[in-house]
Amino acid sequence: MASGHEHVLPGTHAVAGHGASAHDDHAHHNPNLQHHFYSMEQQLEASTFGMWVFLVTEIMFFGGMFMVYILYRHLYPDAWMHGSNHLDVTLGALNTGVLICSSLTMVLAVRAAQVSSRKGQIVNLILTILFGATFLVVKYFEYAEKFHHNLVPGPHFNAPTAEFPAGIITDPTHDPLHQQLFFSIYFMLTGVHAAHMIVGIGIMLVILAMAIRGKFDASYYTPVEVSGLYWHFVDVVWIFLFPLLYLLGAHVSAAHGG
Amino acid sequence: MSSTPTVQSSSYLDAPYGVAAWLLTKDHKRIAMLYLISITIFFAVGGAFAAGIRLELLTPKGDLWTDDMYNKLFTLHGVVMIFFFLIPSIPAVLGNFLLPIMIGTKDLAFPRINLLSWYIYIAGATITLAAVFSGGLDTGWTFYTPYSSAASQTAVSTAAIGVFVTGFSSILTGLNFIVTVHRMRAPGMTWFRLPLFVWAQYATSLVMILGTPVIAITILLVFAERALHLGFFDPNRGGDPVLFQHLFWFYSHPAVYIMILPGMGVMSELVAAVSRKQVFGYSFVAFSSLAIAILGFLVWGHHLFVSSQSIYAGLVFSIITMLVAVPSAVKTFNWAATMYKGSVTWESPTYWVIGFMGLFTIGGLTGLFLATMGLDIHLTDTYFVVAHFHYIMVGGAIMAYMGGLHFWWPKMTGKMYSEAGAKASAILVFVGFNLTFFPQFVLGYMGMPRRYHAYPEEWQVLNVLSSAGASVLALGYLLPAFYFTYSIFKGAKAPANPWGAKGLEWTIPSPPPTFNFDEDPVVTEPAYNYKPGREVHVG
Repeated sequence: MASGHEHVLPGTHAVAGHGASAHDDHAHHNPNLQHHFYSMEQQLEASTFGMWVFLVTEIMFFGGMFMVYILYRHLYPDAWMHGSNHLDVTLGALNTGVLICSSLTMVLAVRAAQVSSRKGQIVNLILTILFGATFLVVKYFEYAEKFHHNLVPGPHFNAPTAEFPAGIITDPTHDPLHQQLFFSIYFMLTGVHAAHMIVGIGIMLVILAMAIRGKFDASYYTPVEVSGLYWHFVDVVWIFLFPLLYLLGAHVSAAHGG
Repeated sequence: MSSTPTVQSSSYLDAPYGVAAWLLTKDHKRIAMLYLISITIFFAVGGAFAAGIRLELLTPKGDLWTDDMYNKLFTLHGVVMIFFFLIPSIPAVLGNFLLPIMIGTKDLAFPRINLLSWYIYIAGATITLAAVFSGGLDTGWTFYTPYSSAASQTAVSTAAIGVFVTGFSSILTGLNFIVTVHRMRAPGMTWFRLPLFVWAQYATSLVMILGTPVIAITILLVFAERALHLGFFDPNRGGDPVLFQHLFWFYSHPAVYIMILPGMGVMSELVAAVSRKQVFGYSFVAFSSLAIAILGFLVWGHHLFVSSQSIYAGLVFSIITMLVAVPSAVKTFNWAATMYKGSVTWESPTYWVIGFMGLFTIGGLTGLFLATMGLDIHLTDTYFVVAHFHYIMVGGAIMAYMGGLHFWWPKMTGKMYSEAGAKASAILVFVGFNLTFFPQFVLGYMGMPRRYHAYPEEWQVLNVLSSAGASVLALGYLLPAFYFTYSIFKGAKAPANPWGAKGLEWTIPSPPPTFNFDEDPVVTEPAYNYKPGREVHVG
């Protein structure tokens, strides 16, 4: 990307090439250069930096929910163990694989833009969108199953006791009150994550439309790169959600043949 | 510097003209004006709620409003003033207008996102107003659970969504400022040549992007608990209400610094300009902004001294809270040192500067009282707390906002306002403010709790003083509405640099052309270079 650009004091780099009348020759520049930037490099750097800053806010946003998770997991480990045993590890693992594949196709789409391959962009963006949609469909079936088994918090919540070998669980009751807490956090975390997936698919559809119109090539691919960063972030959030919600605790019953 | 450049392109106010051109503008200066109009409306709305509170408290009996109505009044006063006036005030108006000009660029890094943030603000404000008209809100601006999520019969869900949406407006503003300061500075505008206003905005933006998402998710959790029957904070559903307080104050204490840090930035500019002197200890003032931003994230526990928090946690939070006084005092002393032996002139911004320094000092020092755990147990939820944070938010942040507005008004509109009117306003606000809130320190110390619409008769004298002060204060805030409006139509034309101040914004015409600079600026001197050759610069 901007590898040729010197990182001495951002903002001062344009001194040599841009004297007092630098903006008069914008007509000769890339038409995608907005009027308030000196150069394409500055524009790309500002956009990518902006997205990184936005992702920091996203980390803080999810961080609030992770804080809730950590505290209650610490307070009610048994309820957490029961709760996570009601989740479907197979479907969770499948979705993890789907998202990792989507990250691969996403980065290939960025690469395709950088080497000016319009076909590569289109194919990889379509694949990315399909993987994202697959994730949501699987998630839909998981949610439907929770509704079916009364595992949704509310007046009808009814968590059955999972089977554990003696000595693993210190609290013999299955603590439905705090299992309900587990499922509240499960639905909140995965629900907000799914909302991010839906937004991501919307963005990718726009990027796909632009790619089909041949908007991106090696000289201008900022939107692909920036929205790719967002897509990877949403994937990475799931990489944290999967073990925290599905795996921790589930292995206990598996190891003991429960 | 004070002469107008010979070649002038048309000002940002002139072309293109019309409602659509303004509502779809990507010019940071026009967006600042859109914000100025919207937050002024909300300042008036919030003020009306305050008037309702002060009228009720004229008499010991709760005879003007019912207790339910009174709960709604103080709640809506807080919600409107904090989320829709104070937080956007200096960043979204003065910051939006000045930051790109001060660092020598044509616009913020993301002009469209800047416009989007205004629309998000309007959307959030509309939703919140819908809550006001569909049952109001009585939880206090703090939305404490489980009352807010399980018990309150008012429009909590709607208001929560309104506050949630508005948060993204402030996140996007902060994001835009950070990227702009990093990536858009003019050639020669190094970090240590940045005006201190920009440093303060930068520190504020850090708090905005790190804190606001946390209040967003917290409010969303309250909404989910109330509307979707999920359980997080309600003990009946296994949750812990104190967790809400931790999450809430993790943002809402730093939010105080979102309000006061930009005010400190305005002060640094004004103090230098009215003293015709470089700000004493430039880099200390710059870094103290960052120090306040960082320390601000480590003190939320002082809101939980009486909320079952362990005494050891309380001790640590108490000590860190007192540490905030250090960078705050660095600023205050450095401003005083800047004025010392400066050529101070008594123009209208000077009045606001002096007012700020007095009121902010009282607000800051009483913060130390409250940081002391033993004393806080006595003072928790009394009028002492109310007085303290009004000294910071009204005496500090709004004084600075008004000072900044007077200082940059000629630049923003190209018109001069009435000096006499401005001085009268500053004096009225200062006197009215002290009369309103100083008695509340006494009331709080005597034990009068906040958020009650009735009180014992022996406190009536102090409460009447306070209500009388509030009407003087209202007069002081109303006055600028007249002379500012008058100045737009009949005011004398402002020169490029009416105060003889330093800074890139004073080198361009008033009002500035659409792209700010006819020629790309190249910066060759440090900030506040009032006496070239005599400056001492650290960093």
